[in-house]
Amino acid sequence: MSRPELQAPPEFYYGDTEAKKYTTNTRNQQIQADMTYRALELLNIPSSQPVFLLDIGCGSGLSGEILDEEGYVWAGVDIAPSMLQVALEREVDGDLFLQDIGQGFGFRPGSFDGAISISVLQWLLNAETSHPTSSPPYRLNRFFTTLYSALRNPSRAVFQFYPSSDDQIQLITSIAQKAGFGGGVVVDYPNSKKAKKVFLCLFVGSGGGQQLPKGLEGEEDDHVRFERRREKEKRRDRTGKRKGVKDKAWILKKKELYRQRGKEGVPRDSKYTGRKRKSIF
Amino acid sequence: MVRLITHNLLACHVKGCTSNNFPLALKDVQIELQEAEFNPEFVTNILPRLEWSALADAARQVGDTSLPAEQPEMMDDDLLRNLHHVLLEIHIVEGAMVCPNCKHIYPISNGIPNMLLAEHEIG
Ligand SMILES: C[S@@+](CC[C@H](N)C(=O)[O-])C[C@H]1O[C@@H](n2cnc3c(N)ncnc32)[C@H](O)[C@@H]1O
Ligand SMILES: [Zn+2]
Repeated sequence: MSRPELQAPPEFYYGDTEAKKYTTNTRNQQIQADMTYRALELLNIPSSQPVFLLDIGCGSGLSGEILDEEGYVWAGVDIAPSMLQVALEREVDGDLFLQDIGQGFGFRPGSFDGAISISVLQWLLNAETSHPTSSPPYRLNRFFTTLYSALRNPSRAVFQFYPSSDDQIQLITSIAQKAGFGGGVVVDYPNSKKAKKVFLCLFVGSGGGQQLPKGLEGEEDDHVRFERRREKEKRRDRTGKRKGVKDKAWILKKKELYRQRGKEGVPRDSKYTGRKRKSIF
Repeated sequence: MVRLITHNLLACHVKGCTSNNFPLALKDVQIELQEAEFNPEFVTNILPRLEWSALADAARQVGDTSLPAEQPEMMDDDLLRNLHHVLLEIHIVEGAMVCPNCKHIYPISNGIPNMLLAEHEIG
């Protein structure tokens, strides 16, 4: 079977059935989580710094769940409604937007402290219609230009993606550079057919450190990496860091307070009011 | 969900719509409140990139009057807490955001705003 991005446009490829399958497959969850951790490492944000991140092509929230877990505040965009629906059901904490990244962003200058994107960029390499605004270079340019301006200086954007040729890498990096980004490509486990991973590491300004990080070497040992992740999950259980939810009474009281202050147009209590959020793992 | 932090960072991205395209007007919105962990450093870090009056306005429109119309010179703990609530605990779940300039409507349904543009609107 050819790669997903060659089969159908993303919003059709990731329909209801595929979105569920993609998200519940435990092997896939592990792979996406590992790559998200690695992207965060490459993002290189000081642990003490509370930041606002953008998850580009957030899908059903497999990458976003790691952001929640790590305590980041984030917003995510994706073009596939079915994937976003699953993300809603999994109750990730980030804001979710239905958006085609090839159409660019409207975020104001300097909105985000960084961006990650896991397994998405290859989707921008296929034209969907013959309209000029749908050619890959046009879309990549619009995407990188508006992303560049949405990021703070200095900051980074890290993309794990699946290029199918060096030409594709070349096309992407040259357009990113024209949009103002520095940085480049980091390849983990370049000699392993299975574990090889390509990360595009883009810098705004100095990117908070001049050097392009080094790729990981040798053969990846899946077992060790998953062990590490399990450890992490245990730790999280212990600290119980997930945010508590205020109950409906608290919320209604707060709304009542707004009303007493004489404000009109306090939103009516929706069916969402104080809905319970289940924990994800 | 659209929290007011995100609403405050969002302008219209329709082709040629480059001035007076912020803030997107809130229309017929329903909100949901959800508690988030208070992190004063986060609020302080985000403050310089916010448009204060747009934020205070948006908050007022959804019934929260805790922010003064003008940004105070000094931030005290109470104000940081109010800001935290406004930025991170108020979620827009239904309604629409409308561009003040080109009038493009970004509908919000089931917590998710539709930011997709028609072909002629792509910049
Ligand atoms: C392999 S999934 C990755 C999802 C998530 N980042 C993760 O790690 O699980 C690829 C995602 O990219 C999204 N995508 C593809 N093209 C896109 C576009 N033009 N704009 C926004 N999202 C897009 C798809 O809808 C899909 O959810
Ligand atoms: Zn507009």
